[in-house]
Amino acid sequence: MPYFWIICGMAAVTAIPRLLPALLPEGLTLPRWVERWLASIPYAALGALIFPGVWYLDGERPWVGMAGATAAFITAWKGLPLGVTLAVAVAVVMGVKLLGLPG
Amino acid sequence: MKHGRTATQGGQHHTTRSDKRRAFRRGAAMAVPIMLGYFPLATAYGILAYQAGLPAASTVAMSLLVYAGASQFMAVNMIGLGAAGLEIVLACFMVNIRHIVMSMSLLQRYGHLPTSTKRAASLGITDETFAMLSFAPADSDHAGGWFLAGVMATSYASWVLGSLVGSLLSSLIPGDWAASMAMALYAMFIGLLVPGLQRKPDATGTAVAGALVCTALNPVVGAGWAIAMGTLLGGLVGVLRGHWDPDIGEASS
Repeated sequence: MPYFWIICGMAAVTAIPRLLPALLPEGLTLPRWVERWLASIPYAALGALIFPGVWYLDGERPWVGMAGATAAFITAWKGLPLGVTLAVAVAVVMGVKLLGLPG
Repeated sequence: MKHGRTATQGGQHHTTRSDKRRAFRRGAAMAVPIMLGYFPLATAYGILAYQAGLPAASTVAMSLLVYAGASQFMAVNMIGLGAAGLEIVLACFMVNIRHIVMSMSLLQRYGHLPTSTKRAASLGITDETFAMLSFAPADSDHAGGWFLAGVMATSYASWVLGSLVGSLLSSLIPGDWAASMAMALYAMFIGLLVPGLQRKPDATGTAVAGALVCTALNPVVGAGWAIAMGTLLGGLVGVLRGHWDPDIGEASS
């Protein structure tokens, strides 16, 4: 199969970061601040995963992604189910793209 | 942390086969938003891979063995540009470093599970499964190995299937639809974060710090490292804020 070794190499360097923490010895008592830090990670990670990525959703036209993000924010804020948030945001992005704003 | 964990330790005593199946289905149902985001994105990857000259078997093998969106997009891009194998593997490693932090954070949340379960589950960690599991309710329904398997297997299957479909039907799918569908994953992140912050407004500074650090570093070190640094440094803001409010930073409920 072509690219076999590249794929194997990629598989190794993808699996190692995922698996590494689970290979460490268990029962370590973490300092309180490290526990707190690890528990704060999801909030920081989601902040970093959303921004600036969503800004660059449509390359040079940041308003496309930002329109979708705003729609997602509003539906999520109102407590609507995750599926509704997804559908609304994608619909808004498609709508803004169809409008064919310059860019 | 003590009181955060006790809630997740119930329900482990006698699990019957139907309990397992129910837990798996609960996980699969929870992963539906991930699936909706992954499938079109994976078809986009399949199309790009086809255009870069990868045969369907290699395209799908990469999804099966690597299972990492950003890395795979980057790899087919680099293959298309004629990059050397070692370069591709190194770049892939750089992009994936962030999963160490996500894996550590999830391990703390699922610390009660058997070692083998934790190791198997850690291989299914992606940005999206991490986000979904981190913000899952902290009760026994969302704590077991079969629940994790349901989330992970559903996400994985849609990624692999999507790349197969993209590779085989590349000429039939308009390239633009995948770009619009990429919004689905951002919407999912937003849809997880916003209610999380409504429950824990004190974590807003942590999320904003993560975004700011990532934005500042993105043009300098690339997206993968920028996300890793945003996560690490933004998380430290959570530690500092927690100094004033002892409740912050406990596993989200």
